[in-house]
Amino acid sequence: MKHLLATEGLDVGTATTILDTAERLKATLLGREVKKLPTLRGRTVITMFYENSTRTRVSFEIAGKWMSADVVNVSSGGSSVGKGESLRDTALTLAAAGADCVIVRHPASGAAHRLAGWLAEAGTSVVNAGDGTHEHPTQALLDAATLRERLSTVDGRKVVIVGDVLHSRVARSNVHLLSALGAEVVLVAPPTLLPAGVRSWPATVSHDLDAELPTADAVMMLRVQAERMHGGFFPSAREYSIHYGLNEKRLGLLPEHAAVLHPGPMLRGMEIASRVADSPSSVITEQVRNGVHVRMAVLYHLLAGEEEAA
Amino acid sequence: MKPLVLKGIRPYGEGEPVDVLVRDGVIEAVGSEIGSTVEGDAEAVDVRGMIALPGFVDLHTHLREPGREDTETIETGSVAAALGGYTAVFAMANTDPVADNAVIVEHVWRRGQEVGLVDVHPVGAVTVGLEGKRLAELGTMARSAANVRVFSDDGHCVDDPLIMRRALEYSTALDVVIAQHAEEPRLTVGAQAHEGEQAARLGLAGWPAVAEESIVARDCLLAAAAGARLHVCHVSTSGTADILRWAKARGTDVSAEVCPHHLLLDDARLATFDPVNKVNPPLRESDDVAALRQALADGTVDCVATDHAPHAPQDKDCEWSAARPGMLGLQTALSIVVETMVRPGLLDWRGVARVMSERPAEIAGLPDQGRPIAVGEPANLVLVDPDTTWTVRGAELASLADNTPYEGMELPAVIDTVLLRGEITVREGKVNR
Repeated sequence: MKHLLATEGLDVGTATTILDTAERLKATLLGREVKKLPTLRGRTVITMFYENSTRTRVSFEIAGKWMSADVVNVSSGGSSVGKGESLRDTALTLAAAGADCVIVRHPASGAAHRLAGWLAEAGTSVVNAGDGTHEHPTQALLDAATLRERLSTVDGRKVVIVGDVLHSRVARSNVHLLSALGAEVVLVAPPTLLPAGVRSWPATVSHDLDAELPTADAVMMLRVQAERMHGGFFPSAREYSIHYGLNEKRLGLLPEHAAVLHPGPMLRGMEIASRVADSPSSVITEQVRNGVHVRMAVLYHLLAGEEEAA
Repeated sequence: MKPLVLKGIRPYGEGEPVDVLVRDGVIEAVGSEIGSTVEGDAEAVDVRGMIALPGFVDLHTHLREPGREDTETIETGSVAAALGGYTAVFAMANTDPVADNAVIVEHVWRRGQEVGLVDVHPVGAVTVGLEGKRLAELGTMARSAANVRVFSDDGHCVDDPLIMRRALEYSTALDVVIAQHAEEPRLTVGAQAHEGEQAARLGLAGWPAVAEESIVARDCLLAAAAGARLHVCHVSTSGTADILRWAKARGTDVSAEVCPHHLLLDDARLATFDPVNKVNPPLRESDDVAALRQALADGTVDCVATDHAPHAPQDKDCEWSAARPGMLGLQTALSIVVETMVRPGLLDWRGVARVMSERPAEIAGLPDQGRPIAVGEPANLVLVDPDTTWTVRGAELASLADNTPYEGMELPAVIDTVLLRGEITVREGKVNR
């Protein structure tokens, strides 16, 4: 594997290998006081974040550091990006400075693909940490890892994804990865927040959350961005919450074993009730924890792929 | 100027080869073996086997002068146009400053005449600054030395129905045509690509077909009510073709153009995220491509226009959403029409003359362009080698920019020779200056 740009088209074998490695890394580090493996010593990983992010950037940084890589963070605020440098020039500069891997988050869909093209000659690996409304592959991988942990397998499980599918890179990445791993994916959203041609996706579509919950093994709530609330996609936050929010009553409709996921950051009281987020069904903290191990596994397979797994 | 004898050409690709005698910018004789009968001062041009068509007329080009002379100038654009077989082009008004007054349009016209390779007709803006708020001085531009015949805010839609109504009404006194860039802006906020399965998968904000179709339908109704002429720029959807068919059937004076890229490419091209494929209106679906070919063949869409849009490398070699929309078109237009229309049997060469020359000349009201290849007619001619293919290389095109989506494609038909009022502007595929 040279780059990780998307889960669409990612073969099941590679995805499974990453998940297996993440599981092994988690077991290896469990209970250790010093969380440091020497695997990527001498490798340089640069994160380029053109959008605000706390959890993803920190997660990648910790993943790199636990693998002993040298991790450098570049943000659009305190760099030449603020002086109007193009994405291409910034990428070429970082590659020339010695980056073995560039982790990029960017508001433009396809930015990671473009980067991979520009850096082909330099041989630098690219990880997509979220490109516009396109994909966020490591989020889907950490969601799959969490589902595997909680439900023992993804294959055959029903996963209901609820909310702003239209603008969600998390939803796109999850639809492709979870369906490839054998899950039955159901998308629940108002029609205004579903993309054109969604019926051709490897998922079914519903507007009735209550009808889907009793048979669900997991429900994934998507964040509703503030700008959507005022964009006329639905009449009001209150109405959205009533129809598509995961409240305590709806939690009661879920089977006992079912898991509640949220990619964060959460809007408590909007798409998810506070008590639901903190309930035993919630695996939201576990998602964050698994995020580090999954990203360690991704960096491992990109940068040390030819060697045997830890 | 020496008379010319074009030896062994086939007008419209029909019948036996003939010789054509051109003197003082006019076709003086057409027949077999004319060469031997004229006095010795005539220059014989050996163009045996070439197909002769009236010089092409492009209703839609962006020559970027004034304002973006780093990407194209009237001079480089004229070279590209001549090499593409054109004898007249219409330069869109979205320059900097905008061509919304007589000073700018006269400059563009005069600069084109100085270069002398192709008639560069400026398109005047419909509204001041292309802002859609207040009519530009259409009458002054129409009566200027540039003799503006086509007005458009291209790049922007005249979306306010009242302004569009006034423009259409006002145009009737001037015998000019309003050319609309049909795009309801409220439906394309942030739009990046055709709204469909491809763009949805790739997370590119959608440009829905209905944003074009709703404006075309509205404008057809407004034009009919005003008794005005309407021209629809770069038709891109099958739904627009249906609306045009309906409007024409009820007698509306509407014409329309389609771009070569909308006849050849579809939104499968988005998958690479390479902005060389970003254009406005966007590449649509394969069903739209098929419908547009049919509409061009049956006359629902009148003509082909390039929407030639040069852009600097830094405005294309970037992330998709930061890229400017548009692609080069002047030197590839004929080849793509041959590839998409002639080869599949949808148009013969007479049909090519109709959509590339005759209809656009009529729509713009150019009396000396798009004329028959016959005695007494102006010698605006293009001679095409139909059997040779060529490979597109952006760096080799005459434009200053090189943003072609056809890079590396092998295309049929080569422009060999072009005559503008009897003067050779292109010979053996090279510009003659």
